[in-house]
Amino acid sequence: MVVNKPRLAVNIGGIQMKSPVVTASGTFGYGPEYAPYLDLNRLGAIVVKGITLKPRAGNPPPRLAETPAGILNAIGLQNPGVERFIAEALPYLSGYDLPVIVNIAGDTVEDYARLAGRLDRVPGVAGLEVNISCPNVKKGGLQFGSDPSAAAEVTRAVKGHTGLPVVVKLSPNVTDIVPVAEKVAGAGADALSMINTLVGMAIDIKNRRPLLGNVTGGLSGPAVKPVAVRAVWQVYREVPLPIIGMGGITTADDALEFILAGASAVAVGTAHFINPRATVEVLEGLEEYLAANGMADIRELVGAAHKV
Amino acid sequence: MSQILEVKVLKQNAIVPGCYRLDLAAPAIAGTAAPGQFLHVRCGDTLDPLLRRPFSIHAVDRERGTVALLYRVVGRGTALLAQKQKDDPVSLLGPLGSGFTMPGSGEKILVLAGGIGVAPLYFLLQELSRLNHRAAVFLGAPTGKQLLCARAIKALGHGVVTATDDGSEGFAGTVTALWEHLLHSRGDAERATIPDRVYGCGPRGMLKNLCALLKERGIPGEVSLEERMGCGVGACLSCACRTLDGEGGIRYRRACVEGPVFPAGEVVWS
Repeated sequence: MVVNKPRLAVNIGGIQMKSPVVTASGTFGYGPEYAPYLDLNRLGAIVVKGITLKPRAGNPPPRLAETPAGILNAIGLQNPGVERFIAEALPYLSGYDLPVIVNIAGDTVEDYARLAGRLDRVPGVAGLEVNISCPNVKKGGLQFGSDPSAAAEVTRAVKGHTGLPVVVKLSPNVTDIVPVAEKVAGAGADALSMINTLVGMAIDIKNRRPLLGNVTGGLSGPAVKPVAVRAVWQVYREVPLPIIGMGGITTADDALEFILAGASAVAVGTAHFINPRATVEVLEGLEEYLAANGMADIRELVGAAHKV
Repeated sequence: MSQILEVKVLKQNAIVPGCYRLDLAAPAIAGTAAPGQFLHVRCGDTLDPLLRRPFSIHAVDRERGTVALLYRVVGRGTALLAQKQKDDPVSLLGPLGSGFTMPGSGEKILVLAGGIGVAPLYFLLQELSRLNHRAAVFLGAPTGKQLLCARAIKALGHGVVTATDDGSEGFAGTVTALWEHLLHSRGDAERATIPDRVYGCGPRGMLKNLCALLKERGIPGEVSLEERMGCGVGACLSCACRTLDGEGGIRYRRACVEGPVFPAGEVVWS
């Protein structure tokens, strides 16, 4: 008997991916940083570090603090700006068979609209991830992500300026994530990604000062996984959009929790810092799980934990 | 090129209380590493503590295919690393970062090492020795008992002058203070003993003073900085260092890619 390999391809709001494992924005640079350690062609997509209209210097150091089974970061969206991204970073990725999803961030709704317009029809861009959930910048970011109407306004503005698939990245720093997801879906989002980092802080007891230069930062890593699985679970029940689930995934078992909760794809983030090959290992673990359970297609598992 | 490797511990020795030397069998790294580069090391095997820890490459034996780390126990990661024993596996990423610029022939070289800052400088001194350079090395520590690597550096053929904070051995003060003292006391003979190139590593305060002194004297030098790191490969932008951008402004550069070694004149101290 010929046993066919299980099917892992997924379509996330119009972005066709050969595997459901992607990189979380800000943890994988623009590609070349991790190319020595894995074949980038095996990724479902690369979601690049957040891009703004103008270059940003980022926050003063220290930008990183380790916490129990997690990290706090306050990078502050340091990036070369959209023009240098297109001219200098994007060409590298054209050498790969890999959808490129560009994470975009702005101070104003107008910024998001202009970024969407600028990246529309740029060869090599497969989709946009709208970052309305960065906790480490003074303006924009979380102020859009924590208000359902503002989140919808940004989504509409982006959709109005691009034909590309639009994924909106949601923040867990809200009382209820479902109304934000519903409004964003109503405004035309093609997919959702969740979760961005949780706002947190740590204090240096020797100096009696906050550890981070920015005082507060975003918590990520295994410590946030249960919060993220819960968010995916809640949104999957109410909103009929594909979800890219993320938050503390280090293994295929972690990824399966997200998929069973309702994620159609998963993103590996902080785990790259410990294991540069984490995406590939998660992918291989998913294949093994499907084969071991006699399943032909990863899509059979999406949201399966909801079934009575 | 940097690789992810699982290697074995050859031996681990406490050098002075709280400081360890870890020898690893890693031919792939020994064959390609340059002085000043670092390895990103998994100290434990669970998710807490989570991150790898960056360690300068301390010594390399290319023939035997071994590399050594020299480190002080300062937290949970280094405490776990100190428990590793012969034949234990260790996950490494590296060699990473940009190392020291090697000197031109005939240049007079001064090396200033404060405390555990000798870690990357010993590998540099190994290379200098191999290339037939003889350096003057100022070696500092809080006390005489905490001085590291003095004998091994002399065995490489370099001259060693010691300095201790408590004056228990050599000059009383830091290595930078020692150099300042010599510059002032030498008078007319100074010109002949001024180095062409200086390398430094040590506590922040020491490096800050060293960079100021190098600027004042117009002497080129390089310093190796220590920063908290996330990925170690340039992706996460956590280890940002303030540096001059060459146009009168300040630019963040990554300790893990553009560093950890930076030209002394480009580091902006706050």
